[in-house]
Amino acid sequence: MTKEFGQMALFDTPADIFHAAEKVRDAGFKKWDVFTPFPIHGMDDAMGLKRSRVPLFTLIGGIIGFFTGMFIAWYMGEYDYNLIVGGKPYFSPIFTFPVAYEMTILLAAFGTFFGMFITNMLPQHYHSAMNYKNWPQITDDKFALMIESKDSKYDKEKVKELLREIGGKEIEEIEE
Amino acid sequence: MTNLEQSTTERPAILDEVKPAELPRRELVANNRSFGWITDIICGIVEQKTPTWWWVCFIISGFIATFTGMGLLYLVSTGVGVWGLKNPFGWGWAIVNFVFWIGIGHAGTLISAILCLLRQKWRTSINRAAEAMTIFAVMCAGIFPLFHVGRVWFAWWLFPLPNSNSIWPNFRSPLEWDVFAVSTYFTVSLLFWYMGMIPDLATIRDRAKSKIRKIAYGVLALGWRGSNRHWSNYEMAYLLLAGLSTPLVLSVHTIVSFDFAAANLPGWHTTIFPPYFVAGAIFSGFGMVLTLLLPLRAIYGLHDLITQYHIDCMCKIVLATGSMVGYAYAMEFFIAWYGANPYEGFAFVNRAFGPYAWAYWIMISCNVISPHLFWFKKIRENTWFVWIVSIIVNVGMWFERFVITVTSLANDYLPSSWDYFSPTIVDIFTFFGTFGFFSVLFLLFLRFLPLMAFAEIKAVSPQADPHKH
Repeated sequence: MTKEFGQMALFDTPADIFHAAEKVRDAGFKKWDVFTPFPIHGMDDAMGLKRSRVPLFTLIGGIIGFFTGMFIAWYMGEYDYNLIVGGKPYFSPIFTFPVAYEMTILLAAFGTFFGMFITNMLPQHYHSAMNYKNWPQITDDKFALMIESKDSKYDKEKVKELLREIGGKEIEEIEE
Repeated sequence: MTNLEQSTTERPAILDEVKPAELPRRELVANNRSFGWITDIICGIVEQKTPTWWWVCFIISGFIATFTGMGLLYLVSTGVGVWGLKNPFGWGWAIVNFVFWIGIGHAGTLISAILCLLRQKWRTSINRAAEAMTIFAVMCAGIFPLFHVGRVWFAWWLFPLPNSNSIWPNFRSPLEWDVFAVSTYFTVSLLFWYMGMIPDLATIRDRAKSKIRKIAYGVLALGWRGSNRHWSNYEMAYLLLAGLSTPLVLSVHTIVSFDFAAANLPGWHTTIFPPYFVAGAIFSGFGMVLTLLLPLRAIYGLHDLITQYHIDCMCKIVLATGSMVGYAYAMEFFIAWYGANPYEGFAFVNRAFGPYAWAYWIMISCNVISPHLFWFKKIRENTWFVWIVSIIVNVGMWFERFVITVTSLANDYLPSSWDYFSPTIVDIFTFFGTFGFFSVLFLLFLRFLPLMAFAEIKAVSPQADPHKH
């Protein structure tokens, strides 16, 4: 017998999974998750999740972008090879601004994009949750809740009982 | 005063007397369709056997695209002179077409970013296709300045890369700003488009039957599993990208307009250009969205997802931005007179009544008059009519760029350098072919990627509300 990863239950409507999540949160579990085909409004609170850390990556990207834009224009125009064009100064933050502005947005967008992957630990080529027999429905029109065996409060029978109590169907032990 | 105090605590009494009308929110998914139905219809487009019409369109588009290939081949082997570019026309059709295509792209970003920030939920049915349109339009746009530089094999000098001459790009030039603006715009639009597609690609992966499909969509979906811990970060990232794309889309056409406005030429040197260009870009972009989506709606039977409400909203945006463009045309004339600069005054009189008057009046009738048909509900409900107007809008916007670019260059300060610009057959071939290139890319998108952001559509459909019983 392979190692157990956790137990998973199926729910039919957004309202069912929403209320189920609130109850699991209140029962004090930490290592558990909800799988839905689309983001459910208010689910972060129902699960008791903290605010996402993605904005930090955006901010860092944006700051690096702005200074990179200003720096390259200064380095290339004023420091490395200065050339008089149209009697204008070698460097000025005014005419460099559009370049720095675009660089800010570019690197902030990269920060956001990769920040989303880093915070989510994606890409991932395999995850145990996909062993669930009803998995293809989870990205279509059904909703699932999984409590992982790594959770300190995990007890096989009690978890099974809890999942049944909160209205879960098709409860199954997931192999790692 | 008593009324004001009351209103904070209880419902004002006046409301019982006047009986305000109940205005229910329009449903964004008609006929109470289930989540499963939405998945089936959109995934079905990718999973069904390739339809015959698709092959017919693909082959025709591919053939049209070869015109661009031939045009560019001839140009590279001969020189940019074959584009009808000579003094005083340094910028002919090349720049007209560049601005035309890049403008079309703007509606995609407007729908995906600005309407997202404004919580316009109707955007969910059309944003994916509009973003795809943006990316392909920017690719078409990029062709023109790339080859307009003359020696295309040195086009990489546009970027700040070390080269053997040790000379760097000139950051004082709006043309260099444009390099940064357009390449940033393309990159960020691509990231936004791809990130939005990940949950939908995961659905296609989970439905895939054949091994090749499983692997291909599995790789593209990057292991997405719809975990709410992921959705939380994903939604934050999506919102941030929308927030970043909003100033980006406004800046891109602003910087494109700087290419003109920062020059001293009469007719170009005006401060109204940035807002006027942005409004025009959104106007033409929505025209293109309607041109593309109305036939798809009919072919794939998407009437429950792109409802009359969606068409109404798009028509109203065309009407609003068309009016802004009309206002800008009028204001340009006013300022030319009010500014009392004889050169500026001449440039505008010459536009309307000079040798290019034919182009000017095509522009006015397509851009200023035709969108005002959308005031009428009967017209907005006639899909054929809307489709035809959407094409007229884009014809008009092409002429706008032609009028701005060519009339100012043709008749500037010195009458001795005046001339009349005519495109060559190479110009016409190259531009005509880009429509084929665009269609080829769009057809491939239709065949292999989810046409609509169905995860988002499900989230805005009535049954998605967790507090509804």
